[in-house]
Amino acid sequence: MTQALLEKNAENPAVKGDLLEVDHVVKEFKVSGGFRKSSAVVHAVSDVSFSIREGETLAMVGESGCGKSTMGRLILQLLELTSGTIRFEGRDLGELSGEELRHIRKKMQIIFQDPYASLNPRMNVFQIISEPLTTHRVYATQKETEERVRELMRIVGIRPEFINRYPHQFSGGQRQRIGIARALALNPKLVVCDEPVSALDVSIQAQILNLLHDLQKEMQLTYLFISHDLGVVRYISDRVCVMFLGKLCEIGQTEDIFKDPLHPYTQFLLAAVPKPDPHLRREKKALLKGEMPSPVNPPSGCRFHTRCPYATDRCIQEEPQMREVRGRRVACHNVECLTIQ
Amino acid sequence: MSELQKNEELLKITDLKTHFFTHKGVVPAVDGVSIEIPRRQIVGVVGESGCGKSVTAMSVLQLISRPGKIVGGSIRLDGRELVGADINEIRSIRGNKVSVIFQEPMTSLNPVYTVGRQVSEAITAHQAVSQEEARQRVVDMFKAVGIPEAEKRYKSYPHQLSGGLRQRVMIGMAMACQPQLLIADEPTTALDVTIEAQILHLMKQLEHDFGTSIMLITHNLGVVAEVCDYVYVMYAGKIMEQAGIFDLFDHTAHPYTKGLLNSIPKPTAEKRRLYNIKGMVPNLLRLPKGCRFSPRCEYARPECFEHEPELYDAGNQHLVRCFLYKNGGGPA
Repeated sequence: MTQALLEKNAENPAVKGDLLEVDHVVKEFKVSGGFRKSSAVVHAVSDVSFSIREGETLAMVGESGCGKSTMGRLILQLLELTSGTIRFEGRDLGELSGEELRHIRKKMQIIFQDPYASLNPRMNVFQIISEPLTTHRVYATQKETEERVRELMRIVGIRPEFINRYPHQFSGGQRQRIGIARALALNPKLVVCDEPVSALDVSIQAQILNLLHDLQKEMQLTYLFISHDLGVVRYISDRVCVMFLGKLCEIGQTEDIFKDPLHPYTQFLLAAVPKPDPHLRREKKALLKGEMPSPVNPPSGCRFHTRCPYATDRCIQEEPQMREVRGRRVACHNVECLTIQ
Repeated sequence: MSELQKNEELLKITDLKTHFFTHKGVVPAVDGVSIEIPRRQIVGVVGESGCGKSVTAMSVLQLISRPGKIVGGSIRLDGRELVGADINEIRSIRGNKVSVIFQEPMTSLNPVYTVGRQVSEAITAHQAVSQEEARQRVVDMFKAVGIPEAEKRYKSYPHQLSGGLRQRVMIGMAMACQPQLLIADEPTTALDVTIEAQILHLMKQLEHDFGTSIMLITHNLGVVAEVCDYVYVMYAGKIMEQAGIFDLFDHTAHPYTKGLLNSIPKPTAEKRRLYNIKGMVPNLLRLPKGCRFSPRCEYARPECFEHEPELYDAGNQHLVRCFLYKNGGGPA
């Protein structure tokens, strides 16, 4: 780690050492090719390495199919790695026994995107929030469990007298609060937030984002925040990593990336977001041509070269490695030339 | 905005009321909405879930089914009244003079027919042309909406296309008969940002090339800022504010619109605590007395809880449903 990065971290005293290290992780899914075709392999995550420091929020951004949700599920051990290692608090998750894994899972929780699909409609609020507590036998008595559930409800801003209500009696924003209470029940260290606000209206979205921000401070949480909304990402995250088709393009401090994106894909992604200011409207907008290539048959060399206006022969043949450029890591052969422009 | 006044409106919705008669009571989803869409303009209708923006749009094409019913008001297209019109007359308008594109491009296309066949059907249903001519027009339209290898794509099934291409097919289908009005209901919500930017660019181009007016329904104020000329902001079944695009963003008047704009985390802004509008959208079965926004409003005064404000003129085609603007003034 460079001196510059260390100094930046000093600004946020809550950020400590690495809580999670993701090292050369690969995930491939086998899919049947269809009638009379041989099976194929989807390269969902290809050789991704990064780390999350204790107390920080690392945002993972990218478009549909870039592998960001798969990455979140790999970290939580909900999917098995094809290769690579994931270390949590210095321990390789792949080498833990079932009992040890169960223990460590208490420290890693997830908040899902759709608050309508992620709560069981036949369970009431008490059952939903207490489920992790009873599964891990945290409290000896029902009374203590109920006390904890009421406390959690207060923390996330749901009135405790609603403890016997069912999910359909709540609005989308309130349901998301219930999902957050469930994720926090076991006092986790790491919370994977998988598009937690993208199903909500803007006025409700702001309430939930402020809540997540406050909870992080109060409970010293570490977030992996998966999102496609760059406005939300800039608001919530300390660092950002940008993914394209299973690969990392760029990873660095949020302000650096938003003020001066280095990777061409990051530049186009930021330019494409419709900004709520008609004065920023441009007739000739820098549009990214084409569509996302298939992860079954990713392009040779740099995976972005088919859509990149700066692509050279080298990009077609040779895969760019992550390297340090101006205080962050970027995977692009031509970063230096682009920067001169 | 003098242009707006000169042009005769293509679509004029006046005091539209579309209510839903449920077993719990009458839901006034659209409660006295007036919208004008001039020729060659992109008009935005924004609001959060349940504000009635989609129901307003569906009312134009009389696509409201039971328990919903248009209970009052008028919708005039090119001078012709659509409310209460004969079903055959409505059919001759749907897909021909007015067409719709929906949010989800997968569920809007029939999976068992090729996309070319589905789009040519839109042409042959309304115009007496041969199969071959219809085919040629579909291929031309596919080219116009930016579908690569249009000839080849004619024979593709929806599942063989990506989300962005499917939405282009939908737009091609909507544009096949060169309608005067295109209603786009959240056309880019299901798409990724880089594809969204392409589709928005295409819509502006269609307005320019074919002179089609577009009614763009969205919850995204960024999308509005990107393409619209004039904007209506809806809340709980009513228009709260309407203004030209620059007026709306530069001289935002209604407390609700201000709240919405402030609660968006902007990719261009520094990190700060987000403003949030307190409370929730009211249940339409139990609307508050007085102004619908009063329970959530920072500026609410006693009269706001008693009387319902009208749309007051703030000048320059800018109307605001708030007592603060009753005498043409603004908030102190």
